[in-house]
Amino acid sequence: MKHIKAVNQKAARIEAWVAYEAEQTQPAELDVVGLESRPPHEQNGPHFPLGCSLVFSPGWEADSAGGTAGLCQPVERDIFDCHLSCFWPAHVPDQLNHSPDWTSTCASAQKDWRKLDLIFP
Amino acid sequence: MNSSVITDSETLALREFHPFKTDGVTYLYMVPSAGIFRMDGPSDAILEALGKGPKVKTELINELSGQFNIDLLLETIDELIEIRAIGDIDAPKDLVPNDLPPVGFPLTTMVLNVTNKCNLACTYCYEYGEDKIVDTKYGNQPKFMAEETAKESVEFLLEESRGQDVAHITFFGGETLLNFPVLQDTVAYARRRAAEEGKRIEFSLTTNATLLRPEIIEWLADNQIGVTISIDGPKEVQDGLRVFHNGKGSYDVVEPKIKELLKRHKTRPIGARVTLTQKNMDVLKIFRHLTEEMGFWEVGLAPVTTQDQRDYAITSEGKDDMLEQFGVLAQEWLECALNDEHHGFSNVKDTLEEIHKGVSKAYGCGAGLGLMGVATDGDVSLCHRFAGSPEHTIGSVTDGIDRDKQGKFLVDHHIASKTDCHTCWARPICSGGCYHEAHVQYGTSSHPNLHYCTWVRSWTHTCLEIYGALAEKNPKFLNRFDA
Repeated sequence: MKHIKAVNQKAARIEAWVAYEAEQTQPAELDVVGLESRPPHEQNGPHFPLGCSLVFSPGWEADSAGGTAGLCQPVERDIFDCHLSCFWPAHVPDQLNHSPDWTSTCASAQKDWRKLDLIFP
Repeated sequence: MNSSVITDSETLALREFHPFKTDGVTYLYMVPSAGIFRMDGPSDAILEALGKGPKVKTELINELSGQFNIDLLLETIDELIEIRAIGDIDAPKDLVPNDLPPVGFPLTTMVLNVTNKCNLACTYCYEYGEDKIVDTKYGNQPKFMAEETAKESVEFLLEESRGQDVAHITFFGGETLLNFPVLQDTVAYARRRAAEEGKRIEFSLTTNATLLRPEIIEWLADNQIGVTISIDGPKEVQDGLRVFHNGKGSYDVVEPKIKELLKRHKTRPIGARVTLTQKNMDVLKIFRHLTEEMGFWEVGLAPVTTQDQRDYAITSEGKDDMLEQFGVLAQEWLECALNDEHHGFSNVKDTLEEIHKGVSKAYGCGAGLGLMGVATDGDVSLCHRFAGSPEHTIGSVTDGIDRDKQGKFLVDHHIASKTDCHTCWARPICSGGCYHEAHVQYGTSSHPNLHYCTWVRSWTHTCLEIYGALAEKNPKFLNRFDA
C-alpha cells in the first residue's frame, strides 16, 4: 500500500494478505476449490465449501452413518451451515441484497432461532 | 482484489472501524481484525466525505477532485476498500466468527489455591466477603492443599501443557504463605519433573505480605519466584478495608516486610496489585505512594468486583473519576515512554501490548482454556476466582478435564454468543470481560459485563491514542512488545 500505512503487527499481516491475494487473481487459479487437494495454507484464500452434494457433508439427505435416523435435528441448528453456503430446504430472506441483517440478532442459532423473524417489505 | 468488484456506479459507505487522532494524524482501529492503519490527506478526506453518508464512487471522486489528483484518489479508495474501511453499501456485514479453539489446546498457566484460609479479613474480598460463591468457612473444601494434591497438579500441568516449552504455576489463596511448606515442596518437585520432561516451569505467587519473613524472602529470591503484593496504598487507605480479623489495619505490619522484600528480591520484578473501591479512589496518591515511597517497580489497579448495593461498590461517577485519574497516569506513562524511561503503571503496558499485536479475542480471558484454577482438593475450575465452585468445575487434577463440560463452556462464553457485544468497536480487546465479574454482577459467567462498556471503550481509546503517539514519535519503544 502506498498511501495508507500499516502501524501495528496485525495491520502488517493484513497488508501482506492483501498483497498475496492481489498476486493470486490470475483466472487460471480460480478453479473449483472444493476439489483441490493442496494443503489449506497453499489455497487461494478462504475455503468455501461447495455444498452437500459435492463433499457430502451429512445433513439433509443422510446422516453420518449413511442412514436417515440422525438427520438435522432440530433443523434450526443447521441454518448457518446450510442456508449460506449450501442447500437450505426452504425459502429464506435474500441476505445478500435486501435483508443483510436478517440474522443479526441470532448469534447462536440453537439458542436464538426464535429471533429469526419474518420479513415484511 | 476487492476493488475490482466495485464499479464506478456503485455506492460506497463506511464499514466498521474506530477512528482516533494523535497530534493531528488520524488512525483507524479496524474492527474486528484489530489492525491499525495511519491515514493521510486523501484518505482522511474520503472518510470525512463518506462520514456524511454513502456516495456513488464517481460522485465521491468529483467532490474531492478539486483537492486531490484523481489517480491518487482512486488508489486511496482501493486501499481503503482493501483494508475494509469502506466498501459497497450493500455488502453484508462481516459475521462474528464462531470458530472454537482446536482440540488439545495447551494449558499454559495453572493457578494453585494452596489454601482457602486467610489471616486478613478484607471487607471486599470476593472469596470471603458478601459476594463469595464458595462456602470457604464451613464448606467441604479442605483448608489447605495437601502436598500430594500439589504434586498431582504439577503432573496435570506437565501433561496438559503439551507442546509448550514453558509452563507457569501461580500460587494463590487465601493467604498463600499460610501453606509455605507445600510451596517449597511443590517448587522443588516441579523443577525436577519439568527437567525430566525437557520443559521449564516458571513460578509466581500473590500474597498480602503479612507473613513475609527473612527466610521466606531468601527462598523467593533464590527460586526466582515472581511476587505480586496485594496492597491498597498508604496507611489510611490500606487500614480502611485490608484489616485483620480483629479489625486492626495491616499497613504497619506489611510496610517493613515489603521494603525488606524489595531490597533483597531482585531476580524477578515485584508488582503491587491494588483493589479500588468507592472508599479508596485516590488513584494518583495510591500510585505515588506505592512506587515512590514503597519502591514497587510496577503497580496495577483494578476496580473491586462486587454487587452495586455494597457501600464500597464504585458508583458510575466513581468510574468517571477513576478513568480521569487513569488518564493522568497514562499521559505520564507516555512521556516516560517517549524518553525510553520506565513508568510503573502496568495497566497501560498490558493494554498497549495487546494493541501492538492486534489481538482480536474470542474470549475475555484464557480461563477454562489456557489458564485454569485448582482448588485445595484438586478440583480444576475455570480460574482461581471460581476455585471450589461446583458449577464452575471442569475436572480434577487426578481425573483430567471433562471435555464435554469444557466444550459447553467454550461455546457459551464465546464472543459469537455475546450478541450485545456485536456492535461494539472495543470487542477485539474486551470480548465481554471477566467471567467472575459477570457472575457476581449478573449471576452468570457468560454474560457480557455491560456495566463496564463505557469505561472499557474510554480506556481503550486512551490507550490507542498513546499507541499512535508512540508509533509516530518513538516507534522503537514498541519493539519490546514484539514476539
